[in-house]
Amino acid sequence: MIFWRAIAAAMLLVTGPALLAGEIPPDARRSGYSFMGPDTRAMQDDDTSNPGMLFVLDGEALWGKKMGDAGKACADCHGDAATSMKGVAARYPAFDKALARPVTLDQRINLCRANHQQVTPLPYESRDLLALSAYVAHQSRGVAITAGDDPQLKPFVDQGRDLFMQREGQLNLACTNCHDDNFDKRLAGAPITQAQPTGYPLYRLEWQTLGSIERRLRSCMSGVRAQAYDYGSPELVALELYLMSRARGLPMETPAVRP
Amino acid sequence: MPYKIVGDGIPQSLTGAPGDAARGRALVLARTTTCILCHSGPFPETRFQGDLAPDLSGAGNRWSVSQLRLRLVDAARFNPETIMPSYYRNDGLVRVGRNFAGKPILSAAEIEDIVASLATLRD
Ligand code: HEC
Ligand code: HEC
Repeated sequence: MIFWRAIAAAMLLVTGPALLAGEIPPDARRSGYSFMGPDTRAMQDDDTSNPGMLFVLDGEALWGKKMGDAGKACADCHGDAATSMKGVAARYPAFDKALARPVTLDQRINLCRANHQQVTPLPYESRDLLALSAYVAHQSRGVAITAGDDPQLKPFVDQGRDLFMQREGQLNLACTNCHDDNFDKRLAGAPITQAQPTGYPLYRLEWQTLGSIERRLRSCMSGVRAQAYDYGSPELVALELYLMSRARGLPMETPAVRP
Repeated sequence: MPYKIVGDGIPQSLTGAPGDAARGRALVLARTTTCILCHSGPFPETRFQGDLAPDLSGAGNRWSVSQLRLRLVDAARFNPETIMPSYYRNDGLVRVGRNFAGKPILSAAEIEDIVASLATLRD
């Protein structure tokens, strides 16, 4: 990908420090969707065959369900998700003033449960949390990603970028080695994508269920035989934030389907 | 796990004995060895091969046994930016997974078997 490096270096001169060498310029950004075969694309495109839509429907039911000591549903504060949640997922992870750090959509849902509904947090990768975040993110389907624009997020985006560039694990590979330098090539027959975070939570055929972006990042880390970061750790949040800022302008696809 | 680099290779076997090419071929094709994730080669029995790295066909013509051995032990010596892992390295790595910490990816005997097999790949 020497070609992209040259373009990125040229853009650096023109537009300033927005794009570092090796990063993918905006007009070359492509969702994982564009790397899939026709059958998997068709499965994602048709809501009646997209298995992720079952989770979206579960999420819709949970959205309207009163719970906890406060006896409140998400809908009691936020009303109709089709309007109140449109575009929200395209801005996450977002800076939380009280915590002075970015929080993911999953973490926001659990903060609402703790602070406004007085119920216990939902565990990462639990069906209910995936369903709620799929339902909320689905309201942003087609909305262009703008996460990371808030200047308060800059140090966290930078942390995520550093992690993306860092070689790690027994195989000593960095995310950038595959996802910036070698997308469109094949790793043992599987296409390497640009690692765009546009579809999460998404239905992965290999998992046979919906999964979060953190699950996906952890499996790439295990793939290079690195110690994966814990769910909700500052490192995974920073990586997710960097990936979202790196995907600026791409439309959200939740719930996507991937092989 | 000491070894001695001479020129651009390691002339001496890591185990003191020659490797077994048939075992080496099976190792190259095993996904857990990782070669075939990146490389392709003259292995018609394996469907899923990678294309991140040169085809291994003819590697035995292009490289001596001594060079092949150093390539596997520490490919970064040939090219510091390479994505090819250093198969006999066990230190200076970041966040190695618990099950792999402190161990090289391949043992000396596995490397010798693979070197013997690569040496047979002639056009
Ligand atoms: C050795 C190559 C390799 C490395 C290193 C690697 N990945 Fe991946 N990654 C892949 C492949 C191959 C896929 C597609 C697999 C599939 O969907 O079947 C993938 C998929 C992804 C996806 C899913 C994209 C989508 O369309 O949903 C994300 C996100 C991702 N990787 C992020 C990362 C991050 C972050 C790192 C570093 C911590 C990383 N990857 C390291 C090979 C790699
Ligand atoms: C993550 C990718 C990756 C893996 C895994 C990998 N290689 Fe490589 N290999 C490369 C690349 C890239 C090159 C090209 C030269 C360079 O960058 O060092 C290379 C070069 C080579 C060469 C020289 C090729 C030639 O004839 O020019 C040989 C031989 C070789 N590798 C053997 C192996 C064997 C055997 C294994 C497994 C034990 C392996 N490689 C695993 C990426 C990889």
